[in-house]
Amino acid sequence: MNSIANTIPLPKRLLGFFAVLLAATAAFAVVGVILGMVGTFLMNGGTGVTWTFLSEFPRNNNTEGGIWPALAGTTFLVLLMTILGVPIGTATAIYLTEFARQDSWFARSVRFAVNTLAGVPSIVFGLFGVGFFIQFMGTGIDGFLGTSSFGDGSLLWSSATLAVLTLPVVIVSVEESLKAVPRDLREASLALGATRLQTIVKVVLPNSVTGILTGSILAVGRGAGEVAAILFVGVTYSSSSIPSAVTEKFMHLGYHLFVLSTQSPDVDKTLPLQFATTLVLLGLTFLLNLTAILIRSRLRKR
Amino acid sequence: MVPETYGSDVEDPTAPPAESGEEGAPGQFIYASKNPHYPEIYNPDTGLLPADIDRISTNSSDEAQPEQRPLANNLLSDTWQPVGEVPKFGILPLLIGTAKTTIIAILIGAPLGILAALYVAFFAKRWVREIVKPGIELLAGFPSVVIGFFCLVTLASFVQDITGMPYRLNAIVGGIGLSLAVIPIVFSIAEDALSAVPRTLHEASLALGSTEWQTAYRVMLPAAAPGVFAAVLLGVGRAFGETMIAIMATGNAPLNSWSPFEPARTVAATIGSEMGEVVWGSEHYGVLFFLGVLLFVFSFGLNAITELYVKKRFIKRFQGQ
Repeated sequence: MNSIANTIPLPKRLLGFFAVLLAATAAFAVVGVILGMVGTFLMNGGTGVTWTFLSEFPRNNNTEGGIWPALAGTTFLVLLMTILGVPIGTATAIYLTEFARQDSWFARSVRFAVNTLAGVPSIVFGLFGVGFFIQFMGTGIDGFLGTSSFGDGSLLWSSATLAVLTLPVVIVSVEESLKAVPRDLREASLALGATRLQTIVKVVLPNSVTGILTGSILAVGRGAGEVAAILFVGVTYSSSSIPSAVTEKFMHLGYHLFVLSTQSPDVDKTLPLQFATTLVLLGLTFLLNLTAILIRSRLRKR
Repeated sequence: MVPETYGSDVEDPTAPPAESGEEGAPGQFIYASKNPHYPEIYNPDTGLLPADIDRISTNSSDEAQPEQRPLANNLLSDTWQPVGEVPKFGILPLLIGTAKTTIIAILIGAPLGILAALYVAFFAKRWVREIVKPGIELLAGFPSVVIGFFCLVTLASFVQDITGMPYRLNAIVGGIGLSLAVIPIVFSIAEDALSAVPRTLHEASLALGSTEWQTAYRVMLPAAAPGVFAAVLLGVGRAFGETMIAIMATGNAPLNSWSPFEPARTVAATIGSEMGEVVWGSEHYGVLFFLGVLLFVFSFGLNAITELYVKKRFIKRFQGQ
């Protein structure tokens, strides 16, 4: 081995050394930036994340106090989003893997649509939320029921917008887990006389629960940190109570951070609050993503 | 917008009175000016027929009131000033700002992402790979508002301290911020593409006596080129569509300047920062939706290219179909 390596002329060996070094530098630079970011947040906001910070309302025009309504609003938002989006995503994935002929025109266009959806900028989803959910569906419902609460931004429309935005995440994840269910199981079930639907409901789905779970967690992780899509679909800067109905406006961790750091009357004074909020938001998405990655890697091994 | 000059001319009381015209015999060609039955088809000032007037009416109204420009001309002007006496919706500065920040983000993000992918796919020891790969993938899960906040508070000061740039927030800081969103996408797709290259190519290259790095750079990377290209395209899509980082880190001023050291404002950031205050249904609102359509069409195009062209080439190359 050594003798072969020594036959390569020195300049070429140096070139090879630098080629590897360059790639390694790039990789570790990226990791370094990530560590630097997390380190900055931890150093500046670590002491700020206390129980009172998490459980109190903001005070004095958001320059003091905690983030409880934002935390609660974010939680409600992602829960409602999951309820609205995961069933549709799961159904789509089941159709694509179990029913559709893989080369059919329709299945191909659904797949293309899902991929396109994944690449659409989130702000465009926000516009869609305004134009479709609030102005078309909301005012439509208001006109039909004679109410006036649906034609404005709200928790409901924000969740619906995020559900559309996270649809590709759910579909891809569920599809992957459905494909991981062995063919033998399906065939055994069909051979025992079960119908296609029975096979899917009683055999395939129970075996892909982890995939649906992963998809939901990833979607929640994406939705919890998404601000651009909900900027004008119902999020609010300050609220004196926790939303009690889906038609109310709500506070959101990411939007709270955005407003504190760009539009607060005294940005420097609230800097500790901003760092603490960042830590909470990052910790939340971090945990969710990590859980999903762990479940997924276990799924892949199987 | 119906130009006032047109309407007022038609109903002009000084227009040729009906009685003054000579009656033409049926079938005889009559100049419109002389025909009392069709006063509306003749404009005595210009001597033009309505069809012509329609065609030039935009110009004539421009002369009458230079500020009230038609929307199409307004959109192509070079000032974005949507709120004011005379709203100016010139999207040129926004397009320049988007291009500026996207180019910077790709120039930084694409090489870093591809090189990191090469390292993880071919050079890294197993345990290093197990740390670096999920680490970079976790960056993909960072909320963009968090990256924006980091750029706004920490990175901008850091960059200004080093370079002494006059503006704290500018296109470079914004571009670096966007590159943090681009890197994980380029990395993971490029890494997938590199791992998808058949192992036999790798072994054949080594068997012919080339070293590990020669194999990686000269055999595997070119073989995975369509996938890597797709990775960069998707990175571009992420960079120009990213809103929160662009709002927070670029300075958000719609300047008509290509200088990377000056603030910029992207199309997405414009929608994000103005949609909240706009009157629903107004012209400004319509223009913001138009910008949204622009973003959608552009991302759709990028995605179609990667889906239909790149993947097909990739499959062709390795399955010989």
